[in-house]
Amino acid sequence: MSASAEATVLITHAVGLHARPSVKFTKLAKSFAAEVEVAIAANGPWFDAKSIVKVMGAKAPKGTMLHIRAKGDGASGAVKALVDLVQRNFDEDADHVRSA
Amino acid sequence: MRIEGIPASPGYAEGPLFDLNQPPASYKAKASAAEEKAALEAAIGKAVARLAALVETADGDAAGILEFHIAMLEDDALSGPAFASIGSGQPADVAWRAALDSEIAGYEASDQDYFRARAADLRDIRDQVVRALSEDSEVALPQGAILYGEDIAPTRFLETDWSKGGGIALKRGSTASHVAMLARSRGVPMVVGLSALAGTFTGLALLDAERGGIIFSPSPAEVEAFRQSASSFADRQGAARTFLTEPAVTKAGTAVRVQVNIAYPSDVDGIDIATCDGVGLMRTEFLFGKALPDEETQYQAYRKVLEWAGDKPVTIRTVDAGGDKPVPGFTVEETNPFLGLRGIRLSLARREIFRVQIRALLRAAVHGNLKVMFPMIATPDEYSQAAALFAQEQAILAAQGVAHKLPPLGIMVEVPSVALAPEGFSDVAFFSIGSNDLTQYVMAAARDNAAVAHLNSVHHPAVLRLITAVAAFGRDKRIPVSLCGDAGGDPAAIPTLLEAGLRDLSVAPAQLAMAKAAIAGVPV
Repeated sequence: MSASAEATVLITHAVGLHARPSVKFTKLAKSFAAEVEVAIAANGPWFDAKSIVKVMGAKAPKGTMLHIRAKGDGASGAVKALVDLVQRNFDEDADHVRSA
Repeated sequence: MRIEGIPASPGYAEGPLFDLNQPPASYKAKASAAEEKAALEAAIGKAVARLAALVETADGDAAGILEFHIAMLEDDALSGPAFASIGSGQPADVAWRAALDSEIAGYEASDQDYFRARAADLRDIRDQVVRALSEDSEVALPQGAILYGEDIAPTRFLETDWSKGGGIALKRGSTASHVAMLARSRGVPMVVGLSALAGTFTGLALLDAERGGIIFSPSPAEVEAFRQSASSFADRQGAARTFLTEPAVTKAGTAVRVQVNIAYPSDVDGIDIATCDGVGLMRTEFLFGKALPDEETQYQAYRKVLEWAGDKPVTIRTVDAGGDKPVPGFTVEETNPFLGLRGIRLSLARREIFRVQIRALLRAAVHGNLKVMFPMIATPDEYSQAAALFAQEQAILAAQGVAHKLPPLGIMVEVPSVALAPEGFSDVAFFSIGSNDLTQYVMAAARDNAAVAHLNSVHHPAVLRLITAVAAFGRDKRIPVSLCGDAGGDPAAIPTLLEAGLRDLSVAPAQLAMAKAAIAGVPV
């Protein structure tokens, strides 16, 4: 049961992994039993993806390659869902199209 | 260790000490790390609950920010360092500030504008919890606590839930302060003038507000003796209660009227009208607490008490602001307020405000047996001016066809000039002796100053001579004389007052039974 998964995704959101996106990101991460971590460099440091303080604290701006890794139950599902969220621009595209 | 003081409201209280002299909006450190942690947890929870309530009404962007704040607050990673510092001995507020300030510094150091701007969010989050922590210390009053400190604000008294016991122990204070009056009317034990009370005490204390004293860190033997005294006091109160429902009569069979003093219309909710002869003094300063009250607010307040009293008289005193009772927007700042523009002097100086009260009283008068008295009258001319204003307003209400009635108009006897030369007042409807102020003016001893409390005695021959003279003048001119000061409810003063010729006393509701019991023992 020691499943593990890892992926890398480019942050395209205008201001990066900021307040509202990080709320969504950590909420989604918390919905999985697996231990999930993020980093803004391949060699770390790794932060708890379920902690908004840590995720915000990573201060990942637009253009950052976000590394996501998970281990435990549903690890691959967790990584896939989080990558999707980042790729969907945290579902905030509509806002940015409007304000553009 | 027992420290002696002056009893201001009789009774006994056993409970944890609560230090009153905290700055109102600063956090009060707790006794242990566990309590500090609990306080921080509660404050974070309170801040989250407040934000959650705001989210309900906020629109998209604002709600997004609030949800971000909530998520941050709910994240253990944010509070973790604070809880760790508490574990190593820091108080909650210091630990929380330090933890957040370090986060804030991290955001401020970011080379991204957006992340630097989040420092403001972090500061906001920090301050919300600091606020919740401070409020927590304001309301975190243990049940049945003994509030102790230099002095206590009346609002503090009123905010406190006394239903679970508790008491007040003051280093300064006065038996004639407004809080002391409130304490007596609610039956809250209170001791003042504990001058040796220095330093910070915590833990259990025993408040003896019958003899006047407080015991810190009592021994088991002291607790045992205290409980016996408390139970004996309760027994005596219980015995007095048998007098409560009966009309007051002296040992010689002389009837004495016993009315009650009230400060708030709601005070009558807990009083059975059958146990008293009416309201001898209804204060109206409560209406002037924060802003000037409109006519309707006053009318409803007066009407409530008049309807409660039925046929029995209700004597309402026009506003006695000034002195130690400042009202923003009404009273003036003075270097010697007790000798300044207070009572009727202020009302006559601010007639537009006085007229509103007069109209409310004239309209309320149709709902019961109203009498109105003026405070701080010094000359017959002041009475005439005030009475003329009643006549003017009455004429206006009559012209407008508004239901009203002109009540009997009387005066307080509290300025020595009236007691010394009552002959100028033979046209007033009644006299009510305000023994607190009369005493302080005769003895030149401020009633709110514990250092001169020993001079402030109604038993001084000078004070008693004036009371006797006013009672005799009233008998001679067939003008009713009553007394509504604290002495009227003091079992030790009652025999003297009756011997001075008084037959009409008005007392705090909590003192009704003891006063009637004391009257029954007087041989006049």
